[in-house]
Amino acid sequence: MALFTSLDDLAERVADQSLIVLPPDYSNVPVAAVFALIRRGVKDLHLLFAPIGGIAGDLLIGAGCVKTIEAAAITMGEAGLAPRFTEAIQTNAINIKDSTCPAIHTALQASEKGVPFMPLRGLIGSDVLINRSDWQVIADPFDSNGGPIVLLPAIQPDMALIHAPLADREGNVWIGKRRELVTMAHASKTTFVTVEKIQDENLLEDDLTAAGTLPEMYVGAIAEMKQGCWPLGLAGHYPPDTDVIAEYVEQAATQAGFESWLKANGVMR
Amino acid sequence: MSCNQDEFLICTIASLLESSRHVAVGMASPVPGSAALLVREETKGQIDRLRLSMIGGDANNPFTDGGRELFDCSGQGRIDTFFLGGVQIDGKANINLIGTGDYPNMDHRFPGSFGSAYMYFVVPRVILFRPEHSKRVFVPEVDYISAPGTSEEGVYRPGGPYALVTELCLMMFNRERKRFRLTSVHPGHSVEEVRDNTGFEFDLPEDVPETSGPTDGRLDLLRSRISPEIAKTYPEFVARVFETAV
Repeated sequence: MALFTSLDDLAERVADQSLIVLPPDYSNVPVAAVFALIRRGVKDLHLLFAPIGGIAGDLLIGAGCVKTIEAAAITMGEAGLAPRFTEAIQTNAINIKDSTCPAIHTALQASEKGVPFMPLRGLIGSDVLINRSDWQVIADPFDSNGGPIVLLPAIQPDMALIHAPLADREGNVWIGKRRELVTMAHASKTTFVTVEKIQDENLLEDDLTAAGTLPEMYVGAIAEMKQGCWPLGLAGHYPPDTDVIAEYVEQAATQAGFESWLKANGVMR
Repeated sequence: MSCNQDEFLICTIASLLESSRHVAVGMASPVPGSAALLVREETKGQIDRLRLSMIGGDANNPFTDGGRELFDCSGQGRIDTFFLGGVQIDGKANINLIGTGDYPNMDHRFPGSFGSAYMYFVVPRVILFRPEHSKRVFVPEVDYISAPGTSEEGVYRPGGPYALVTELCLMMFNRERKRFRLTSVHPGHSVEEVRDNTGFEFDLPEDVPETSGPTDGRLDLLRSRISPEIAKTYPEFVARVFETAV
């Protein structure tokens, strides 16, 4: 059975230098857990986004928690560019492994299957490929369509970190149609989850919920955290707090502004 | 019936979708999304109707297998039309979504390449949509190739650039010649204006026609039936674009 614990204890259990995979802004981002990681002062994280990052990545970069970031893009969406990310790239403060969305999905799928690599179409002739010494181009060994194809090594994160609407007392977690969370969890050594609510009924006992459930076997620890995505939204529960996000983008334009935003919003005391 | 620029661009893109069967629309793309919703409504109930998958939100988003499903579908050839943009686009239709200056510590860093390095290869018709028509955007050579416009022989490449829509004109891409051809110039603009604001060479006919504006029927459909549908994904866009229309 998964460990049920507090948010701060969950953050304590995330080791420095971990490779952590996080979901994109539209899909159950555990921002409250990110705040807890910042309070704990985690260091030298290797962040992977599946496949696009937003405020969670920008917060961790601004707080000095990140050594390397891998994503197809880091963006605050309609609110603009991610300010701490942008400055960190321009000042060479973090390593960047620029990718493309399906390459990240595919590398996670390879890990999910326990195979060392998987092929992917596209990429040949792009600077994305040229700048990835960890990827290889081979001739199609089956000669099915001829031509070269890119091989991507599997990525097995130390941990997937996600938020979800609901868990049960066994530690099964309901994610609905957000299947990228399932891929992330399958690919990773363990998954830490924050949830809005914990219910008594077993999610696997009803087919309607079972199909959208991440089984407990993948889940390491769960902390109950209402509004766990704030200021991002949780589809079907609460919308993003666009005013707060816009205010963040404006204030985090400078490191001093970023730090006062953390204090004003209760992240740092 | 007069229309504003966004309505004009929506209808210009719609005219490019009339033989599409399955259009996918990426994140933060209200104009392409509106065009696809419009053509879907116009072809509703027909055997060759247009299917639409919008990943920018939950509305009109049919995917149930996570973020990878769009890419898996595209790799199989189930999607025939997609949209991309670019911080820079050059005359060979190479696109740069990542920034300007020397990679990686660029002068101006943008979010990243998103799915372009894959979608541009596998989706047969990629429409480049970039309203700003300037030499800052349309450059002789991009600083970084997020995705190349063309590929060497032998590289699997069923997809690629089809058309380019800007605030000034419509261009079509010729894959054999590896060049854009100016197809039409929007009302109120000129070939000279296009040339003066484009940093690369392109082909053009002796007489360049004016881009046809939307018919009254199409514009009326867009305002009455399509705008509420767009609002499910892009409420702020609809409030801005259609408030003057009613």
